[in-house]
Amino acid sequence: MDRSDVIILGGGLVGLAFAAALDSAGLRSIIVDPADPDSRLTGAFDGRTSAVSSSSKRMFDAVGISEHFPEPGCPIRVIRVADGLEPGGLAFDPQDDDEPLGWMHENRHLRMALLARARAGEKIDLRFGRRPVKTVRDAHRVRVTLDDGSETEAPLLVAAEGRKSPTREAAGIKLASWRYDHAAIVSTLRHEKPHDNIAYEIFYPAGPFALLPMTDDDGGHRSAIVWSVKKKDAPGFLKLSDEDFAAEAQAAMGGFLGQVSMLAPRTSYPLGFHHAARITDDRLALIGDAAHAIHPIAGQGVNLGYRDAAALAQVLVEGARLGMDLGDAQLLERYQRWRSLDTLMVAMATDGLTRIYGIPGKTASKVRRFGMQLIDRVGPIKQRLMDEARGTSGDLPLLLRGLPI
Amino acid sequence: MTNTSSIVDREAAHFGSMAADWWDPKGKSAMLHKLNPVRLQYLRDRIDQHFDCDECQFRPLEGKSALDVGCGAGLLAEPLARLGAKVTGVDAAAEVIAVARGHAEEQGLEIDYRVGGVEDVEGQFDLVTAMEVIEHVAEPTAFVAALEKRLAPGGLLVMSTPNRTAWSKLLTITLAEGMGKIPRGTHDYDQFIPPEELQAMLGTVGLEVEDVTGIAMGPMKGLHLSDDMRLNYLVSARRA
Repeated sequence: MDRSDVIILGGGLVGLAFAAALDSAGLRSIIVDPADPDSRLTGAFDGRTSAVSSSSKRMFDAVGISEHFPEPGCPIRVIRVADGLEPGGLAFDPQDDDEPLGWMHENRHLRMALLARARAGEKIDLRFGRRPVKTVRDAHRVRVTLDDGSETEAPLLVAAEGRKSPTREAAGIKLASWRYDHAAIVSTLRHEKPHDNIAYEIFYPAGPFALLPMTDDDGGHRSAIVWSVKKKDAPGFLKLSDEDFAAEAQAAMGGFLGQVSMLAPRTSYPLGFHHAARITDDRLALIGDAAHAIHPIAGQGVNLGYRDAAALAQVLVEGARLGMDLGDAQLLERYQRWRSLDTLMVAMATDGLTRIYGIPGKTASKVRRFGMQLIDRVGPIKQRLMDEARGTSGDLPLLLRGLPI
Repeated sequence: MTNTSSIVDREAAHFGSMAADWWDPKGKSAMLHKLNPVRLQYLRDRIDQHFDCDECQFRPLEGKSALDVGCGAGLLAEPLARLGAKVTGVDAAAEVIAVARGHAEEQGLEIDYRVGGVEDVEGQFDLVTAMEVIEHVAEPTAFVAALEKRLAPGGLLVMSTPNRTAWSKLLTITLAEGMGKIPRGTHDYDQFIPPEELQAMLGTVGLEVEDVTGIAMGPMKGLHLSDDMRLNYLVSARRA
């Protein structure tokens, strides 16, 4: 029997970040994941990127993940929001001495750093290529039997298995979900002119076109795109030749970054939004997409997951210092209370943004431009939106303030 | 039972009847479960101050002994054991001690549980706790004197109890017991002791109060540590 403080099902971005947070404070974890993590690291860049908000970055610094990045990532200094290519957009431009609003990373680099951190963690026991075959949660402990016959035991089970979490389903936790009639096309492109560390969100009636600055490589300037299109149009966009797709993207951008070409294959994701009715059960906590997933326009999805990880790690470490059973209902209740308001607010805000911009027509466009100019002038609302992008709104867990737990 | 000047039979029988679901966070002891992290937070803070421990350590009581008087089914004794202490727990209700023993064994914790009162324990302990107990004993002064005897040189005593105020009566008895949040008959208002009285009582047996902190109830925060002592309060003391 292998005992630990926490058993984490799922060794993705959020599960690994959570284990690193626990390890940094001296709590042990066993991570179980059926995948072979190294297979996803080799090979060419697949075009998948993530925005790491500045608060998530602070946690990465505090728990020793950042030092494993093969490259530092690209800082986002300004976020420009525009209604189509009409003038009168909104810019989130922090003062020069402020920290960036976020950092852009290739997903493979994120994975590489998280995996290297987990492997360096003395208190992290990695069980990749292993599947849980039996999970029993009783009054005193959780026991998970793996497909190689090994038995693991801990006071708490954490499900970080992603949106289709079998553990959440087995616990009978209901899911509220919305499906948009949209899909996101994700890729990375090369452009002629420098991006000046600006992220763009250009709203079209069919959906937002987001452009996120990446670090330059040997070939020149790069940006990631997340382009929301009508679901029925997505297969067509995927079928286009690289040249034709690049031309479409260049038109959507109005050519402000000059000539555009493709750097990576295109992938499409159906857009949706889901939210678990509760994120805890007896000796069980959900983190990341297992608990909630949101529309990716504001780049908040995985950052919400890191916030779960930071909050739960703090609750558990503080509980351990009080000598509490880590599966104690009072600890889980604190985590539930701490996270539920925050995730719902962010979800509602991004959902609202999509709906407002989804209305076609000239009048709607005028209203939007008026709204953006208004927000641009009214300090507090703008500050609030900027804090949301940074991930610094709400009652922040210590790690997200860059403080150790 | 011998020398049980502190134990009221009716009280022991009342708590004995709650034994079965003592560990159920949604059961009859739900309020106690909610109170537990709050008083543990206080206890940890006092332990760190008194014994000069690192607040980040997981086992600050390693190598120390602890006695929990009126331990119930072990809600406090188990965390003390996880913090590294060699723990002895005493409670007057045999049914409750049986539950405590079973629970500790399942949790893999070694705790010396005994049926009886503080008078039945010998030896001295670095940490002595009596949480929500003094309001249930027959002779509070004799009880405090007995606690003092069990305190090792340089040791720390921590107690908690409801204050004798209209507010505490309203919340603890009228509302909590009235609405079934705490089992009816758990408390007797006339037995409640205000902080000044307890402080004086501790003084008469040669103990000096290090700190008094309130436990307040708020609509958003729930139960929490506070300067407001009207509801319930915690006291830590050492030998003068």
